[in-house]
Amino acid sequence: MGFNIYDFSGMTHNMHLWFMERMSPTATTIVEWTVIGVSYMLFVALFGLFLVYAERKVCAAFQQRLGPMRVGLWGLLQTIADFVKLLMKELIMPKSADKFLYNLAPFIVMIATFLAMAVLPFAKGLQTLDFDIGIFYVTAVSSVGVIGILLAGWSSNNKYSLIGAMRSGAQILSYELSVSLSLVTIIILAGSMQLSVIVESQRDSWFLFKGHIPSLIAFVIFLIAGTAETNRGPFDLAEAESELTAGFHTEYSGIKFAFFFLAEYINMFIVAAMATTVFLGGWMPLHFGSIESFNHVMDFIPPLVWFFMKVCGVIFLIMWFKWTFPRLRVDQILTLEWKYLLPINLVNILLMCLVVLTKFHL
Amino acid sequence: MSETKEIIISSDKIHTDQYLVNMGPQHPSTHGVLRLLVRLEGEIVHHIQPHVGYIHSGIEKMCESLSYPQVIHLTDRMDYLSAHMNNEAVCLCVENALQVEVPDRVKYVRTIMDELTRLASHQLWWCVMGMDLGALTTFFYGLRDREHILDIFEETCGARMTLNYSVPGGVMFDIHPNFQKRVKAFITEFRKKLPEYDQLLTGNVIFQERTNDIGYLSLEDAIAWGVTGPSGRGSGFSCDVRKHNPYSAYPLVQFEEKLDTRGDSFARYRLRIEEMHESLHIIEQLIDNIPEGDYAVKMKGVVKLPEGEFYQRVESARGEFGVYIVSDGKKNPYRVKFRSPGFSNLFALNKMAAGHKIADLVAIMSTLDLVIPDIDR
Amino acid sequence: MTNEELQACLTGEFTNAEVKIGKQYVEILVQADELHDAAVKLSTLPLLSFDYLFCLSGVDYPEKIQIVYHLESTKHRHTVVLKVNTADRVDPVVDTVSDVWQTAKYHEREVYDLLGVKFNNHTDLRRLFLDDSWGFPLRKDYKDEVRIVER
Repeated sequence: MGFNIYDFSGMTHNMHLWFMERMSPTATTIVEWTVIGVSYMLFVALFGLFLVYAERKVCAAFQQRLGPMRVGLWGLLQTIADFVKLLMKELIMPKSADKFLYNLAPFIVMIATFLAMAVLPFAKGLQTLDFDIGIFYVTAVSSVGVIGILLAGWSSNNKYSLIGAMRSGAQILSYELSVSLSLVTIIILAGSMQLSVIVESQRDSWFLFKGHIPSLIAFVIFLIAGTAETNRGPFDLAEAESELTAGFHTEYSGIKFAFFFLAEYINMFIVAAMATTVFLGGWMPLHFGSIESFNHVMDFIPPLVWFFMKVCGVIFLIMWFKWTFPRLRVDQILTLEWKYLLPINLVNILLMCLVVLTKFHL
Repeated sequence: MSETKEIIISSDKIHTDQYLVNMGPQHPSTHGVLRLLVRLEGEIVHHIQPHVGYIHSGIEKMCESLSYPQVIHLTDRMDYLSAHMNNEAVCLCVENALQVEVPDRVKYVRTIMDELTRLASHQLWWCVMGMDLGALTTFFYGLRDREHILDIFEETCGARMTLNYSVPGGVMFDIHPNFQKRVKAFITEFRKKLPEYDQLLTGNVIFQERTNDIGYLSLEDAIAWGVTGPSGRGSGFSCDVRKHNPYSAYPLVQFEEKLDTRGDSFARYRLRIEEMHESLHIIEQLIDNIPEGDYAVKMKGVVKLPEGEFYQRVESARGEFGVYIVSDGKKNPYRVKFRSPGFSNLFALNKMAAGHKIADLVAIMSTLDLVIPDIDR
Repeated sequence: MTNEELQACLTGEFTNAEVKIGKQYVEILVQADELHDAAVKLSTLPLLSFDYLFCLSGVDYPEKIQIVYHLESTKHRHTVVLKVNTADRVDPVVDTVSDVWQTAKYHEREVYDLLGVKFNNHTDLRRLFLDDSWGFPLRKDYKDEVRIVER
């Protein structure tokens, strides 16, 4: 079917035609949806497991130990064993919990995660939805997850959960601003919100380099705010183990807990993928101006590998934060956003406008 | 139930906007079975009522039916992180009562063990302090170095935490032939590792923000509430028993009693780090000069104290530890009272943490370095 | 102040009290009804200024319960042991000193818990470690068939 690791658009197109020849258009749509849905689920499960394993290994490296080593080679099967354990755990529900909302909450968090994944361009032609408002869609959809967290905190009928959920609400609503504004900076540079266009226009040079200082500032802010939005350390106030035992998911067990857990990791992936797409050229290889031979070698590495290499690099950075910094306090976290990041961001947008107006980036 | 009501309803009005949270007895940051009944308004802590007794084991009552050498074995179950200091307090009390002069070798060895115990305890405190603030990596850095001390303990007296090394009249065995060599190696190594602690945690902006000007305790309050140890010295309360009522080999060594008048969480943190430096300094002065001689004087098989009251104060890792023995001349004490540092330190918590956020309550609690069996006894 | 000077000073200040030099510290035994005044005096007189209460214990003697306060002055660095006997062993009552030394608040609760001594004017006299239905374990006549094996 014309498989080409450098360009998937031919393959997907041929697949579509293959289905169309054999089925009615409605059936084709349904089959395609199913294929896409199943592959996303598989991806989330497998990549989630990989991320959990990676986190444990990275954490171990920072803490001068080995991490999981017993199950499988270098503990590779450890997370699978853990996942099986979580599946078999009893689901405990507090007697006085709001049953409907309590059960709904993990699904909302998961759904928000899946929705955001839909527009990510993994490689050329390997993108489910290619809106012209791609970035807007991601920021809009990723904030739905906070509803799930708030519901989880509220319906558990536990004070720790409630405090955690409220913290999370305040935090995510605030940092949403910074995430969006730092993306706006790049939208100004790119002149488009369509993710495929953004990636394509980074062919010769990534936006991180193209936009000069304003895009560097935007990248740093995006990383900080993105980490905060995923509720990861040092912004993990919503879970804050030493203060709130487990925050909003205190009362969840078994697979429902696993949903929150998995969603956190996949959210981290989404943040890293957005950072990659918008700032680091997505699946585009690294090119240095006129060094032809170097550029040529880089072109040999398939786009998918490029994409995941960059994503893993960003994820490693985010993990690095978590295992190095102490946790912020709730007022400090809001101070950081409203007093520092937001003003810097607004000024940064002006700077970027200047850069674009003076055609400094070309 | 009635108690809850009593706190919610103050004399004139019902606070409908405040609520109670039970932190503990099972909670990650109370480090044991301590229950804090916290009255909150949103995130702000208004009042903290500590509830203790979940691990009360009646050690004072048990001591009344045990002989003096047996009492020692119970003391290291109280504050298991400064086990040797507790052992030593009882031994010193018994020796003073019987007017037994222990050999110099014993004094030196006990003092070195004291300081090693203090180092181990402060290392664990540092691990946990970082963890309470969300910096989980500190835990492994601290434990990495603590392991060396515990290995030295194990080699000399067989136990790693609850040492039971002191006995009335001396120590149980002579030090291991490797002892001096290993302690010196440890000092050289830990001197290099200690700056890492500062690099990892002390200098961190977030850590500074979380501890500076948080949990202020004035000098007057520190004295009035009997807050001792590094926690008290962080408020400028000069309460080092090693300085004011020296025992064992402390009169022979040069060391500074570090004081800080800022009285906040950071001062208490800073002092413990500095105490580690001082402890290394003390051990360095002693380790090469351990005099030859007996490791214990011969005591009678049954230790009987003369009638009367005896009190011994020592500086444990958490503060002033005291043993008060009332003897009626029999082989069992008539009454034993342990003045544990944690007990007094804990109840000043409300003074320090009221008005701060929940996150600060946790941070302040870890700067107090509480060990729950020490409080409950 | 040395123990002798302290003894002389205390004998002058506290006429109704019994002052002697014990094995380590100067001991002063005051009447139960004068306890609070004595505590205030000990803590406020500039010459004495015993501001640091480092130990508060209760001892059950055959016909009385004695409360022992170990006091130190952080200014003069001298130590005194203040003692008071309760009139009644079965239903002992003394005044609280928690308004003089804050830390006494919880030490007194401990003594109340383990020895059953009631402290007048104490703001929050509840049991500290044990259940409300428990006896007073540090009393010599405390019996517990389940947990204590008599030999």
